Amino acid sequence: MIDFPILSLMTALPLAGAFFIFFIRGSEEIVARNARYTALYTSIFTFALALYMLARFDGGLADFQFSERYNWFPSLGISYHMGVDGISVFFVALSAFLTPLCILASWESIKSRVKEYMIAFLVLETMMIGTFCALDAVLFYVFFEAVLIPMFIIIGVWGGARRVYSSFKFFLYTLLGSVLMLLALLTLYFQTGTTDIPTLIENPVARDLQMWLWLAFFASFAVKMPMWPVHTWLPDAHVEAPTAGSVILAGVLLKMGGYGFLRFSLPMLPEASAYFSEMVYWLSVIAIIYASLVALVQEDMKKLIAYSSVAHMGFVTLGIFTATTQGIQGGIFQMISHGVISAALFLVVGVVYDRLHTREISRYGGLVKNMPKFATIFMILMLGSVGLPGTSGFVGEFLTLIGAFKANNMIAFLATSGVILGAIYMLVLYKRVVFGAQINKDAAKMPDLNPREIAIFIPLVVLVIFLGIFPNFVLDRMAPSVAKLQAQYNAGLYTEQGLESTDHPEVLINE
Amino acid sequence: MSEFGNMMVATALPEIFLALSGMALLIFGVFRGNAGTRLVCWGTVGALAICAFLLLGMDWSRIVAFNGMFLLDQFTGFMKLFVLIGLILALTISVRYLEQERFSRFEYPVLILFAGIGMMIMISANSLLSMYMGLELQSLSLYVLAAIRRDHVKSAEAGLKYFVLGALASGMLLFGASLIYGYTGSLDFDVIASAISTGTSVPVILFGLVFILAALAFKISAVPFHMWTPDVYEGAPTSVTALFAIVPKIAAMALLIRVLFGPFGNMIDDWQQIVWFLSAASMIVGAFAALTQNNIKRLMAYSSIGNMGYALIGIVAGTQEGIGAVIVYLVLYMVMSAGIFGVILGMRRGGIAVEDIRDLSGLSRTNPMMAYAMALLMFSISGIPPLAGFFGKLLIFKAAIASGFYVLAVLGVLASVVGAYYYLRIIKVMFFDEPADALDGQSFFSRRAVVLLSVVFVLLFILSPDALVHTSFNAASSLFLK
Repeated sequence: MIDFPILSLMTALPLAGAFFIFFIRGSEEIVARNARYTALYTSIFTFALALYMLARFDGGLADFQFSERYNWFPSLGISYHMGVDGISVFFVALSAFLTPLCILASWESIKSRVKEYMIAFLVLETMMIGTFCALDAVLFYVFFEAVLIPMFIIIGVWGGARRVYSSFKFFLYTLLGSVLMLLALLTLYFQTGTTDIPTLIENPVARDLQMWLWLAFFASFAVKMPMWPVHTWLPDAHVEAPTAGSVILAGVLLKMGGYGFLRFSLPMLPEASAYFSEMVYWLSVIAIIYASLVALVQEDMKKLIAYSSVAHMGFVTLGIFTATTQGIQGGIFQMISHGVISAALFLVVGVVYDRLHTREISRYGGLVKNMPKFATIFMILMLGSVGLPGTSGFVGEFLTLIGAFKANNMIAFLATSGVILGAIYMLVLYKRVVFGAQINKDAAKMPDLNPREIAIFIPLVVLVIFLGIFPNFVLDRMAPSVAKLQAQYNAGLYTEQGLESTDHPEVLINE
Repeated sequence: MSEFGNMMVATALPEIFLALSGMALLIFGVFRGNAGTRLVCWGTVGALAICAFLLLGMDWSRIVAFNGMFLLDQFTGFMKLFVLIGLILALTISVRYLEQERFSRFEYPVLILFAGIGMMIMISANSLLSMYMGLELQSLSLYVLAAIRRDHVKSAEAGLKYFVLGALASGMLLFGASLIYGYTGSLDFDVIASAISTGTSVPVILFGLVFILAALAFKISAVPFHMWTPDVYEGAPTSVTALFAIVPKIAAMALLIRVLFGPFGNMIDDWQQIVWFLSAASMIVGAFAALTQNNIKRLMAYSSIGNMGYALIGIVAGTQEGIGAVIVYLVLYMVMSAGIFGVILGMRRGGIAVEDIRDLSGLSRTNPMMAYAMALLMFSISGIPPLAGFFGKLLIFKAAIASGFYVLAVLGVLASVVGAYYYLRIIKVMFFDEPADALDGQSFFSRRAVVLLSVVFVLLFILSPDALVHTSFNAASSLFLK
């Protein structure tokens, strides 16, 4: 264990950095340079802390580690309670990992209002890390919702042509889901008298109430995920957001939905989760197939990757709600893997966008000739997204599909077809951008990756391959927590359901 | 009821002090003329501050004075304190505005002071008579304030509209009060409470209650008695609008709580459904009607209608927790409004006050500090954590759920999403749009200080939310001690 409050430190550090940047004064150029460096160093230091946390994390324990607890709101019994288990620890690390890369990726492409941009990103990092560390429902909600503020600003100020529409859509969609979750949290609080997440998990509420609460939580997490049919904000937000904004959106923000399902829906509302699991399967499968088909016909690279995110998140929800060991582990692994790969793919788009200022696929072609390094990196990432064995994408999809086959053959069969569709749209994208004749002269003249860009991609590519070859690095550490989650889930089913426990036999067979 | 002279007078010491200093300031103003307005303004602020300290120094355990007309307890003491603070904030942000707009009349601060006395009497009222007296003292002062720019058509119209409709509301209040008096034979809140403690609802009492409720709903501008609000907010000079937004509603809400939980405490089943409707309608109308507003003062009018709707949820809940939540909500609303109007009062271009939302275009580049402040206040008032406004909504909805008012809570959160749209629109105009002609840079320390105070409060409230919440819940508890 660590004898200093590492989680609070990681949460507060970016905020402190933002505070310093706020007070930077001087000519515009100096302010911009100092803001960039302050943001970079702060986020790198936060990432170093995250690595230290990972190193000291005891993968054999299922409990929450590095716990901190202070009285925050004693008259309501709400406390500042932080801690990570095998599920959340990787999301914390992922957030801390992607932020410095984002700042580095925005080094040259963001030219106006650099100071505000860096402040927004650091505040965003604080909120992301806080969301995954919070062990009090109200605290969680505060972080979860506060993410909207910097993201709204990032899309709206530094976004593309339709940025205003997209930022509003993003904000209001997410807010609508979240406020319903707030009511659900308050109802849980009223029923159990606590907002402490570990305590809430151990005290499931009555079956009828679970149904309503589950739907309210679902409204929030499904929008965040995003699941079909409430995914429509995502393509808009992705297309209009600046590159780094898309990276964080795809890399971390979407995962808050999946994390929410794992932290709230499954353990706190097991019966409702089992009851609605069939619906989630179908929504997931529709998302996988529909989003893949839509991705096939996209002419905008970012939009294509955005739809591929919807499809990949379909695997996550499918896996999580099978409530099998493989399904849940696969879902979490898929989220981490997608966090790395899709983030990297948005950076890939960012590279060519910075040079040609268009995301239209047909404006490129034959890049392999003038940008060989770029083509190599793009290929590895593209194959990771397709789910080629040896990359991290494979592990996640494979495990979730095993889980799905245990739960429902038909669903699993349909979901598997999504893997093929995924290969088609990604390969077509790669072919049209990288291979073929160099029809566009300006595209043919684009310079290859510069050292800064290579430095951004190397950790991502290494991670994609590392996780593909040694998935157990992650899976072993999350296993105890996942087992505990499953135990809580099944216990909830047994105690409440009693004799009528045949509603969902498949869930029980797995054990 | 028969306390001796000294004791009774001491209970109303802050009010008496305020009345005397009001007269002194008035005399001073008459001798110095309008040249002394600034001095009178700061004198009024000083008097209000001293009054607040006098109030703080008193014992807030339940004392009934003036033959049962006047009450001081935790709740009334706390609410009066906040009214005083609100008056100080409202006056501080508007001192320079009077000079800029050249209607610097010494009556202005003095009228605010008299309105303040009215509000304090209103809150402390323990009889229908003192309630009416306080309400009228407040209202008459405010009517005059709304019309203080006689040479301005809009201001005169606002004053007249406010007066006519306000007089109608007063009429309804009197009619309701007379019905209550006719049935119970007393004006005293405590006597009325025991007279209708049987729990059976008598039609006459019900009629009286409805009329009184309608009049008070007018004062807090709850839908469907809100029609005057947008016009008066728009027409009145901006500094007066700021005052309207910040203070009188706190006083009226406090009175509403006192009336509903005091004399009519036993009729909770009857008034709960009325207040339920007022609350839901206010939230919905406040959210949807604001969507199309382009004038920022009109927008804030609808925003205040909506916010009163949220506050009413706490009353509907009918519990100590609910009232505590209302108090917290009102305090946060007061602080945020003071900040927002501080910014609005600073909106000038070429020496002329502007009040269109589009005038804020690109403010983040021409005047970043003002834009940051406004953006934070807007996020806060739309209830986005981690800012203070979120905690007000959290407590309100928690109280609603604890009392089982799920439908109202769902309506409330949905309305808050709609409401978020128009608050975001202001942020969008400031941050996403291309800069319009820059607003005047000059800003006065007093106004900036209030805005800064408000922003710091909104930002740091999360660090120690318990201080305010605990005090408010204590204050609410005195309503339930019988």
